[in-house]
Amino acid sequence: MKDRASSLVRGGILLLLTVVMAGCKNGVLDPKGQVAADVKSLIITATLLMLIVVIPVIVLTLVFAWKYRASNTKATYTPKWAHSTKIELVVWLVPCLIIIVLGTLTWRSTHELDPYQPLKGVAGEEDPLTVEVVSLDWKWLFIYPEQQIATVNKLVIPAHRQVAFKITSDSVMNSFFIPQLGSQIYSMAGMETKLHLIADEPGTYDGFSANYSGGGFTGMNFKTDALASEADFDAWVEQVRAGSEPLNQARYEQLAERSINHPVETFSDVEPGLFTSILQQYMTMPSEGEEGMHGMEMHEEASTHGQESADADKQHLAQE
Amino acid sequence: MFGKLTLDAIPYHEPIIVITLAVVGLVGLFVAASVTKMGKWGYLWREWLTSVDHKRLGIMYIILALVMLIRGFADAVMMRTQLAVATGGSEGYLPPEHYDQIFTAHGVIMIIFMAMPMMIGLMNIVLPLQIGARDVAFPFLNNLSFWLAVGGAVLINISLGVGEFAKTGWVAYPPLSGLSYSPGVGVDYYIWALQISGLGTLLTGVNFLVTVFKMRAPGMKLMDMPIFTWTCTWANILIVASFPILTAVLGMLTLDRYLDFHFFTNEGGGNAMMYINLFWAWGHPEVYILILPAFGIFSEVISTFTGKRLFGYKSMVWASGAISILGFIVWLHHFFTMGSSANVNAFFGVATMIISIPTGVKLFNWLFTIYRGRLRFAVPVLWTLGFMVTFTIGGMTGVLLAVPGADFVLHNSLFLIAHFHNTIIGGAVFGYLAGIAFWFPKATGFHMNERLGKAAFWFWQIGFYVAFMPLYVLGFMGMTRRLNHTDNPLWEPWLYLAAFGAGLILIGVVCQLVQLFVSIRDREQNKAEGDPWNGHTLEWSTTSPPPFYNFASTPIVEGIDAYTTAKEKGYAGWRPEKFAPIHMPRNTSAGILMAGFLTVMGFALIWHIWWLAGASFVATIVTLLVRAYDDDVDYYVQPDEIERIEGSAAGAKVAEQV
Repeated sequence: MKDRASSLVRGGILLLLTVVMAGCKNGVLDPKGQVAADVKSLIITATLLMLIVVIPVIVLTLVFAWKYRASNTKATYTPKWAHSTKIELVVWLVPCLIIIVLGTLTWRSTHELDPYQPLKGVAGEEDPLTVEVVSLDWKWLFIYPEQQIATVNKLVIPAHRQVAFKITSDSVMNSFFIPQLGSQIYSMAGMETKLHLIADEPGTYDGFSANYSGGGFTGMNFKTDALASEADFDAWVEQVRAGSEPLNQARYEQLAERSINHPVETFSDVEPGLFTSILQQYMTMPSEGEEGMHGMEMHEEASTHGQESADADKQHLAQE
Repeated sequence: MFGKLTLDAIPYHEPIIVITLAVVGLVGLFVAASVTKMGKWGYLWREWLTSVDHKRLGIMYIILALVMLIRGFADAVMMRTQLAVATGGSEGYLPPEHYDQIFTAHGVIMIIFMAMPMMIGLMNIVLPLQIGARDVAFPFLNNLSFWLAVGGAVLINISLGVGEFAKTGWVAYPPLSGLSYSPGVGVDYYIWALQISGLGTLLTGVNFLVTVFKMRAPGMKLMDMPIFTWTCTWANILIVASFPILTAVLGMLTLDRYLDFHFFTNEGGGNAMMYINLFWAWGHPEVYILILPAFGIFSEVISTFTGKRLFGYKSMVWASGAISILGFIVWLHHFFTMGSSANVNAFFGVATMIISIPTGVKLFNWLFTIYRGRLRFAVPVLWTLGFMVTFTIGGMTGVLLAVPGADFVLHNSLFLIAHFHNTIIGGAVFGYLAGIAFWFPKATGFHMNERLGKAAFWFWQIGFYVAFMPLYVLGFMGMTRRLNHTDNPLWEPWLYLAAFGAGLILIGVVCQLVQLFVSIRDREQNKAEGDPWNGHTLEWSTTSPPPFYNFASTPIVEGIDAYTTAKEKGYAGWRPEKFAPIHMPRNTSAGILMAGFLTVMGFALIWHIWWLAGASFVATIVTLLVRAYDDDVDYYVQPDEIERIEGSAAGAKVAEQV
């Protein structure tokens, strides 16, 4: 019993170690951007903090079970002992203390890692690249409003420059996620969510939908190319612009039809305001105007058609 | 005439489904033929199907749970094998059309039709006995609740052969579950299966709360109640508070789908986020409904098999209460990634972590119950120790997911899948299996086979680690849930390992089925006495199985662990000079009929057979009225009858004490 149990613990710890090591390739523990790197260290810190309680509990379980086995008649036996104020104090206080520390860490990290906040102290802090993202059945449309180009199922960004994503859906809910760059956020029709990421190393990173969206969900992924320099990015933009196909409303409607494992596409030009029109098509009260539109963000803590609120979070709105 | 229902609804071109249906049909035929051959239909109907006896209903709940466990587990094996073969460019053998129904069904079945009935079954068998009651407060309602659960289970199984099941995931988020993206009958099966069984669960919650508040044996104060009864009570409070939310949210989804409302649609001012909030306002308390009674079981098992009183009883009661209340204010952690502000996310993250404090206290209290005890390694104890180790890991990963920053990369990944299986299997299911091993001799009068029980435990325990630890790894490697096939060579070994682990658990399940068969076959050699484990609480003070009236005379209760006190003070087995008549409820067929009509109504609504829906609804109401005006619902067991029944049992008791 003891051997099997302790080998179980050893197995568990070994597995945990393997988890950490195996995760070091291409996953969320192999960060290639500041957000992902911050999240990784947060995960490690939080796990270590919790192990302060978890390891003693597991070890004590096995030690006590073995020591106080019925056949060990030498061990003390106190059938009526059922209360000890000292022990009760300790078992309430220790978890409380750890949660106070972890709670503080959580409060701070949640604000620091708020995906709506532009990243601070990074290149492109003042001048992020804006990409508008639309999830469709079952592919991703990326619109570059400043460059007036668009791509499908391929995201190209310059490394070392912050990217501000504005995200919506023209179908069901999806989640926009590039693990090696960091956080994910849902895409929802009629609503705009935001995400700020940066690639600190050039490379190609996997991106996909992390929220099941129907039959073609599995094929709803894309590669993210983080190019080495702004010049490379500009060159890529020129190359796309040299293409022949523009994305207008009619072409968009064709694109929005259901398709599975959609190939990569590029569009040399985009009708201005396409993203806004996708966002606004579900609004029933046009009189509310654009403000009501963007007010859909719960981030304003106004659940739906929120107005400009004067609360502390309004910097999110300033992003508009 | 038949609404949308045509012969095309039967998927006879799908070999997997046809074979499944054929096997199910053959098993059904075999069972029906056996019952007929033994001439037991009348007995089954009179003594079981129409029974209002909480112990029999409990046993039937557990049979339902085991049948659905096999169904849900078959789904799990199909998913794991699909993901193991569908790598490196292969599409596997289950196309999304089929696969997406399987993972939806797996979730719904395991939560609603496996875990819930198993929990409610154990509560049915044990709770009235623990508080010294003769039955629950509303025995007929209890029978109705059971049949409503069966009705939901029947609907979900019909969807296998007639039409389709939802392809939305078990949460059925709109707009995917709305009419424009899910025009088929799958989501309607989901809605009505959950509504009908949910009604049963809600009634159970009310029933057992009244039972606990009104029917405790004289002398038993609330703070004297056995800990399992307490944790069930907290769970019932959660049921009563949260299931109406599920009813309401499914009702709104129904209006969206049937009457063109726009609660949750993209267009018409609908807002899917409201569904997601309401769903989890039920869904999160639901997981505590599952786990709290399991915590109670572990407490009973540990204090019984160490031959000690439970350490920190009051702490345990209040820790459970704290978990229940906090469990209601953390639902948003299921969707940190929906765009709430940092303040909101941080609040819900910290609130979630706070739950780990009372949970941690419970673990320490179990530890200190073992401390200076005499622990006997019976099967229930193995499950409990396995739980204490496994659940601690699941709790840790849960707290990690509660950190919004971490959740932003782990949300919806296989890390999450590993986490909740870690807590639901390593917590709730291990608890129920401990409970079944613990109370089986009480409910049936004979012991379960110990060797097969131990084998089952080890296969489950080791299989669990092999199946789910790889999922933690895959989550860190960036694999998201509900993928149909993958194309990443780094993931492959872990997917194979997970499938192998599922195979080990399968052996564990087979061990349990064989154990059940062997135990029933050898029941004469393994008869159990009233108090086989030297228990603390009142259920052990009566015979195994207990007579239908539970206790010949009202038990005497002094403080916690009433039966231990009785044994120490020497009045265990006490009987009065002359028994008083016992007031008992009569069996009734109203429950099975009403639930049957409601199930037909559900089926008719799914297929838009409006006349049938109307007719079966009227039939339900008429049955209820007939029952309501039936005055002959109870009777008295006379003293000489009790004397006759107790005569044999008392003889056994005396022999036991000598």
